[in-house]
Amino acid sequence: MRPDRLRLLAALALASFLILPLLPLAIWSFAHGWRFPDLLPQVWSLKAWSYALGPRSGVLQSLGVTTGIALATTILAALVGIPAGRALGQYRFRGKGLVTLLLLAPAFLPGIAVVFGLHGIFLRLGLVGTVPGVILAHLIPVLPYMVLVMAAVFSRLDPDFEAQARCLGATAWQTFRNVTLPAILPGLMTAALFAFLVSWSQYLLTLAIGGGRVQTLPLLLFGFSSAGRNDITGAIALLYILPGLLVILLTARQITGRGAALAIGLRP
Amino acid sequence: MTALVLDQLRKSYAVAGQAALHGLSLAVESGSLTALLGPSGSGKTTTMKLIAGLIAPDSGDIRLGDRSIRDLPPERRGVAMVFQNPLLFPHLTVAGNVGFGLRMRGLASDRIAASVAEMLERVRLTDLAQRKPAQLSGGQAQRAALARALILRPEVLLLDEPLSSLDPGLRDEMRQLIRALQRETGITTIVVTHDQTEAVALADRIALLLDGRLAQYDSPQAFYGRPATMAVARFFGGVNFIPGTARAGIFDGALGTLTLPPGLPEGPGVLTIRPEALRFGEGPNPRAAQIVALSFLGSLTRVDLDLMGVPLQALVTPDTARTLGPGTEVQVSLPPEALWLLPPDA
Repeated sequence: MRPDRLRLLAALALASFLILPLLPLAIWSFAHGWRFPDLLPQVWSLKAWSYALGPRSGVLQSLGVTTGIALATTILAALVGIPAGRALGQYRFRGKGLVTLLLLAPAFLPGIAVVFGLHGIFLRLGLVGTVPGVILAHLIPVLPYMVLVMAAVFSRLDPDFEAQARCLGATAWQTFRNVTLPAILPGLMTAALFAFLVSWSQYLLTLAIGGGRVQTLPLLLFGFSSAGRNDITGAIALLYILPGLLVILLTARQITGRGAALAIGLRP
Repeated sequence: MTALVLDQLRKSYAVAGQAALHGLSLAVESGSLTALLGPSGSGKTTTMKLIAGLIAPDSGDIRLGDRSIRDLPPERRGVAMVFQNPLLFPHLTVAGNVGFGLRMRGLASDRIAASVAEMLERVRLTDLAQRKPAQLSGGQAQRAALARALILRPEVLLLDEPLSSLDPGLRDEMRQLIRALQRETGITTIVVTHDQTEAVALADRIALLLDGRLAQYDSPQAFYGRPATMAVARFFGGVNFIPGTARAGIFDGALGTLTLPPGLPEGPGVLTIRPEALRFGEGPNPRAAQIVALSFLGSLTRVDLDLMGVPLQALVTPDTARTLGPGTEVQVSLPPEALWLLPPDA
């Protein structure tokens, strides 16, 4: 009985820690005004939701932009991260430590420190205010996750498997497609998940490089929040956390299982 | 007919720890089973990787039939290789692994299934076709790896130490399977091994690599009876070496004059006799010998002898060993047909 009750308590504590902060947002999104001494709103309403999901708020369009940017960033990060991860995980070369450090740097450095310099460069390249510019900027914080996870994955992959495939008549591409990819897929999924969520939650870089013309969800959310529209903010906030929650639920097994173990370089 | 020709292959590595090749030439006969034998660091694995196309030679050529395969990528060489470790792809079943190469060639799936079924039958893995590699024993995995390469009917099949990862009990079974499949299919096969007895038991011909060069390419019997150099003789367990000079069918050295078999070269050289060829009792080339020590080795007994101050070794059966005692004087014979002349050591 006792371990069961302990487990229940732990689950409750965890749930309240994760879910309770979201509760006021949820309530706000269905409230028609919610004044101080009231425990719950007096009048309920779907007004905030119908506005948020309506054409005038720009939420749906922004949802599309945010998803598109996050997907593109993830795919580009994977295209760079797979070969880079292989180089770091399997090859020995001069300056490897320095390369690793440089790759890691964006994860340590505060974004605000680099964003102004970046803005100047992107302005000259005509990338400010464009979606490609925002995607490129998002790659800065996303790449370290991708490359480090893939480096851990590749360091555990025996390169002889690929040599074996070549010696059985598989071309380089067939080998990647049929041998390497299945082997790295769990780790790649984990890395892609992180990459997607890191891009999804970017605020500062999108604001600076997007120049207000690329309206992702966090920007929109911040706008409504500053305007004091708690009901609409609540609705958008719930929409905003939905994909992350969905992805995590769908890949929970991946994250808690072999993929995650690979990602942090532990034996599964 | 020669199938595979290695012509003056050279390969050196910038990083130490990889064995270099110093101009290796070898012509492997079509349809033969050749053992590429050598101690560790002799360049066997380097040679294997060069043939497979996993590394490129610094100079020299590799030809298959009349075409050079030197600059072809591994998948276009007509060469299949089985690594020492079975390396079955973990996400595929046994059947999926065996059919891998045919799938890469783009064959129709019903033809692949038929070939896979037949191949699995041959290596006795039919019942395990749907298993994942993790569920196989070492011997089963090795057989699946062999089937996966053989199904491609390659022009040359390379096997890297196919028995070394197996338990001793399974080795003989695997050796017989390799032998039988090779005879059945007639595929030119090269087996890399560091184990001299394995090479002898398995191969039609042995290519002995010493120090990045071909020391001798011959039948297994020749390595015992007619080794090319002292290094070759030593690798095959030769221990008795007597320097001297051969002239007109007579060898003159530390053991006095000995009658040689016909056909041996003249001039200075080193006389050798296999320890198991030394006879006890009366016979040609008789000598009196002192028994220094007897060492029980299991099925045979090693006898250390002193012949006129020259230390020699003999290997005898238990029956003979019972008649011998340490410190006693015996009569031995060095039969001329067991004598062989080596060039003087450089």
